Amino acid sequence: MLLMTILVLPLLGGTAVALGRGRTWSAWAAVASNGGALALGIIAAVRVLREGPLSGARGTLRADALSVFMVIVIGAISLLASWLGVRTPARAPEDGHRNPERSAVYGVLVQAFVGFMILAVLAANVGVLWVAVEATTIVTAFLVGFRRTRGSLEASWKYIVICSVGIALAFLGTVFVYLAALHAGGHSAHALDWTSLMAHARHFDPSLMRLAFGLLVLGYGTKVGLAPMHTWLPDAHSQAPAPVSALMSGVLLTVAFYAILRFKAVTDVALGPGFARTLLVIVGLLSLALAASLLIAQRDYKRMLAYSSIEHMGLIALGAAAGIRLAIAAVLLHILGHGLAKSVLFLTSGEILTAEGTSRIDGVRSLVARRPALGGLFGVGLVALLGLPPFSLFTSELVMVRAEFEVGLGWAAVLAMVAMVVVFIAVVGHARHMLLGPSGPPRPAGSSGVTAPPPRWVAAPLIGGLVVCGFIGVFAWPLSGLLAAAARVVAT
Amino acid sequence: MSGSSYFSVLTLAAGTVLVCAVAILWLASIRAVISMVAVQGASLGLVAVVLGVHLHDAGLLAAAAVVVVVKAVVIPVLLGRASGSDSGSRESRPLVNVPASLVASAALIVLAFVTGRGVAHFVGTRAGALVPIGIATMLIGFFVLVARRRPTFQIVGLLMVDNGIALTAFLCTAGFPFLIELGVSFDVLLGVVVLMVLSQRLRLEFGDVDLDELQELHD
Repeated sequence: MLLMTILVLPLLGGTAVALGRGRTWSAWAAVASNGGALALGIIAAVRVLREGPLSGARGTLRADALSVFMVIVIGAISLLASWLGVRTPARAPEDGHRNPERSAVYGVLVQAFVGFMILAVLAANVGVLWVAVEATTIVTAFLVGFRRTRGSLEASWKYIVICSVGIALAFLGTVFVYLAALHAGGHSAHALDWTSLMAHARHFDPSLMRLAFGLLVLGYGTKVGLAPMHTWLPDAHSQAPAPVSALMSGVLLTVAFYAILRFKAVTDVALGPGFARTLLVIVGLLSLALAASLLIAQRDYKRMLAYSSIEHMGLIALGAAAGIRLAIAAVLLHILGHGLAKSVLFLTSGEILTAEGTSRIDGVRSLVARRPALGGLFGVGLVALLGLPPFSLFTSELVMVRAEFEVGLGWAAVLAMVAMVVVFIAVVGHARHMLLGPSGPPRPAGSSGVTAPPPRWVAAPLIGGLVVCGFIGVFAWPLSGLLAAAARVVAT
Repeated sequence: MSGSSYFSVLTLAAGTVLVCAVAILWLASIRAVISMVAVQGASLGLVAVVLGVHLHDAGLLAAAAVVVVVKAVVIPVLLGRASGSDSGSRESRPLVNVPASLVASAALIVLAFVTGRGVAHFVGTRAGALVPIGIATMLIGFFVLVARRRPTFQIVGLLMVDNGIALTAFLCTAGFPFLIELGVSFDVLLGVVVLMVLSQRLRLEFGDVDLDELQELHD
């Protein structure tokens, strides 16, 4: 019942938006529904820690510690994104004023997006997980192209074609897992249930599982944005409206990674940890190298954030490759910390784009002096993203590196740190120009026109997100039990 | 159905899926390509029907009905409508010309039989021996995606990838449980609808384009 409610709440929010035809009150109802999903996710976490895994909807939904952790991440970030998204449709470029129909479409799609992500992490069956992840591709395609500019149409076309191909490969991988499960004695209706997979995995055919996991990493990895399947990501993330970028970068990528984590656990039982580790180390290091090299000469700050997502997904892949409990707990903490920091940054960058009228790095100067609220948020967000203390990314990166040394992946950890130093220098360089830099020649009136600073209700959730990110970096206690329990679910 | 006629009908249906894939490479007119998509969807449905009858599996027959409705009727009709207004309804300048494409498809089929043998052997049934046909269809779909530049052809390429994978799934495991099969078909249908809407918006915005002319976004 609890799980069903968590799943349905965001959809109720979407219904409210549809009925309210996108009026402001209905957008706030959607925000409230996402907040409700977050609160229920926390309640579910407490219950899972006390009573063990919950199930719902006649066994179709199942929540263990890993699932509820992901529900909390989705709830937190969709709360932030929909809060800031209350104003988004009003800014459609072709009409300065609010267009009710488009606001409604936007709100409904965002809520459907959130609902499908929740379905993905609560599904008991990996087939349903696939259907939900594919559905997120479909609903977000329109959101990426929402502004209907040339760039955003191009980005959404690339996004849906590349991700559909990727997700098709993941489907083939799922077919092979199903085949292995049927041969190992699984009953057809439940053979793809997570519990049944784990119970029978010891008898899965090894060569079939190698093929299957390779396809699954390739397929879901496309959606995670791991190199070399990342090509859609910078375009989609830079072209989508800011709240959509925040949701995609903050949670969609890691929901796809959640699928890889689940299948990795099955593969580890079937094959031992070596195979999955090798694959994940390769894609992780490739992603880090690619992100670092493309961040150096980046000229667009939204693309800069997008490449930083590829970097962090690479770090997460390396952490998952290590695979021990310590590493998985750190990976999950990193998923939450990165989600919070990155969504705050994307949302802030949306406000900067509106205020400054350009997404080019050299078009924005001395932001801290001119717009202290936006500049401050962007700066602090970057500090969090770069993994400086006290923010939780510092803790999680440190622990991941330690775990990697523990399992003999020290060399990969060292390479990752080199890439992180390059990223650090590149991002700090860009940020210094944007935030401090000389203010440059006065611009023609209009382009930098006088815009009011964002109202307090806009800044509040952003500050809140960063405060939470810092708080969990310093005090692990609210999460440590949940993280340990979630890590036990999939760790080797 | 007796054993041998079951297998020959199954082989015929699965073979038709692959023949349609090769024919799509060969044809330049979008209208003809769309009818091939319909035939391919119908053959895929026939594979599911034959397997369902053979295995006495009602769920599989229901899945077959869904496949036929979605892939042989709804999607081709929608594609036909969308391309009706497409002024350039021919692939005028494919990246790889037709003879070269056919040679490539032969190579892909050989590749599919080499790589698919292991899986076919593992499945162990007579239907399983046809798995390489599904893999070949998928590979030719990938080829269409990279070698053809008109939006409609890319949608067709995606559909072929999907049909190839669905064929593989039917032959390997007699399909997924029905509800998942339903979800998958629904996703495919919605994906095609979204792509068609996008391709119309692209046409409105850019005029009649080849996709490799989209160069707004780069580093």
